[in-house]
Amino acid sequence: MNLEEYKGVFVFAQQVDNELSGIALELVGKGKDLAKDLGTEVTAVLIGSQVKGLCTELAEYGADRIIVVDDPELKEYRTEPYAHALAEVIRKYKPEIMLIGATAIGRDLGPRVSARIHTGLTADCTQLDIGDFPINPVPGKEQKHNQLLMTRPAFGGNTIATIACPDFRPQMATVRPGVMQKAPRVEGAQAVIEEFNPGFTPDNKYVEILEIVKAVSDIEDIMDAKILVSGGRGVGSPENFKLLEDLADAVGGTVSCSRAVVDAGWKPKALQVGQTGKTVRPHVYFAVGISGAIQHLAGMEESDIIIAINKDETAPIFDVADYGVVGDLNKIVPMLTEKIKEAKAQK
Amino acid sequence: MKIVVCIKQVPDTKGGVKFNPDGTLDRSAMLAIMNPDDKAGLEAALRLKDQYGAEVTVITMGLPKAEEVLREAMAMGADKGILVTDRVLGGADTWATSQTLAGAIRNLEYDLIITGRQAIDGDTAQVGPQLSEHLNIPVISYAQNIKIDGDSVIVERQYDDRYHVLKAKMPCLITALAELNEPRYMTPGGIFDAYDAEITVWGRANLVDTLDSNLGLKGSPTQIAKASDKVRKGAGEKVVLDPAESVDYIMDKLLTKHVI
Repeated sequence: MNLEEYKGVFVFAQQVDNELSGIALELVGKGKDLAKDLGTEVTAVLIGSQVKGLCTELAEYGADRIIVVDDPELKEYRTEPYAHALAEVIRKYKPEIMLIGATAIGRDLGPRVSARIHTGLTADCTQLDIGDFPINPVPGKEQKHNQLLMTRPAFGGNTIATIACPDFRPQMATVRPGVMQKAPRVEGAQAVIEEFNPGFTPDNKYVEILEIVKAVSDIEDIMDAKILVSGGRGVGSPENFKLLEDLADAVGGTVSCSRAVVDAGWKPKALQVGQTGKTVRPHVYFAVGISGAIQHLAGMEESDIIIAINKDETAPIFDVADYGVVGDLNKIVPMLTEKIKEAKAQK
Repeated sequence: MKIVVCIKQVPDTKGGVKFNPDGTLDRSAMLAIMNPDDKAGLEAALRLKDQYGAEVTVITMGLPKAEEVLREAMAMGADKGILVTDRVLGGADTWATSQTLAGAIRNLEYDLIITGRQAIDGDTAQVGPQLSEHLNIPVISYAQNIKIDGDSVIVERQYDDRYHVLKAKMPCLITALAELNEPRYMTPGGIFDAYDAEITVWGRANLVDTLDSNLGLKGSPTQIAKASDKVRKGAGEKVVLDPAESVDYIMDKLLTKHVI
């Protein structure tokens, strides 16, 4: 493998039902930063059926170039045709970096593709940098420059590791949604668009989709909320979440929850914050009756302001809270809701 | 039907993680358990065995001590246990691990391979799909429900806001979620039998169609640049006040930070 042949930062522009996923634009934004450090360009790889209309949005969010693989076989996500499309794009265009969202799609697609083209893949990254490997010079070992350094939590968020892929290309990572920032949208920005079709020949690996069942819900995406009022087991019952809903209404926020609440069947999985739920970084995060297991903290500790209300003074949530209040949520939350309403009415 | 289930022995991270003074993980201070997603995968296999009749083989790659999870699996109802262990396999990343498992599984006949979605020590979710690629068979990740239909499996495959009902011809690989089911307990008779059961032990020489350059630390494309205990944002203020004062305290912060 001649590593020098591999150039450019590529990102997988995930779309579902011909709508770009948030992670697609986040990866374009992060890819642009990395490309700048390397003196190269960011290319979005758009895979689907009848998806060319999404190019404008990708260009306006910063893609320099877009490779479109458009084929009826790619209408719904299936592992094999998507892996074939992406692997063939990599073989033809030889990127030095390939980023994929760590979503239910990307965490299936990424490993299949990395195994096919024989390169390394680092899962669920929360930070990406360009730097040297080894980070500090080691006698007798070549220090390579301009490497992708991929940082990720491990052991349930207890440790953090930085991984490199010095001898294989592309350097591949899946990236946790909600962590990287989109670039500001530039109306009218243009990208070079190239169409590429490697040809699709269905075989046993093209599994058949018998049925698609969409969850019916009008749930707001907690990853987009500016203010989250999040409840844990300490809320006590599903009915008692009314207190949090009232607070969320008063303050202009959205209700979310911890894993314990989902496991107890009080709230749907879509509202779960944490390692096995969603990563959120709202302006304000109210942690109400949440003890703060390490897996929960991994999903919310990047919030700008964290306000914790918990009766247990030793709860680990207080280790990350900007403002911690030790007390009974049943007394404090309703009073707080009233005070916020009064303050808003006076404005 | 023949089912192979891949399982891994992992440190239990639930009770927190213990570190050695040099910052590396103190595995000896933590309980070693069968990875929860793998246990769900095993339970799914055992239910297929109950329903349709099947031979269930569990396989693990690890240190000799990983034999413990094979015996646990056999006490739950698995028929055969295979331990893949060799010094040259140490330090493997997901590429080298999936290469090793593929090399071992090429010795076996199988209709279905079930792996857990991810292990709680690495959380990568990569080995299952990578293994399926090396064996050139279809993969269905994030399985919620598994049924057999003639020479095919029908599986509910979970996504963020939907699920797909998928049909794949066997042989096929499925990755299971811990939410899939409630694993059964070991039976006293099962424990007794599993204690005496013979475990097959394989080393490097038993791996079929596997290059040395794809094994262990040397065969791993990814390398660790740095590992550290996570640095958390420091704690802020913590107050213990009566409820009315608590509310005033929060209001003061919300107003000075222009939240309201």
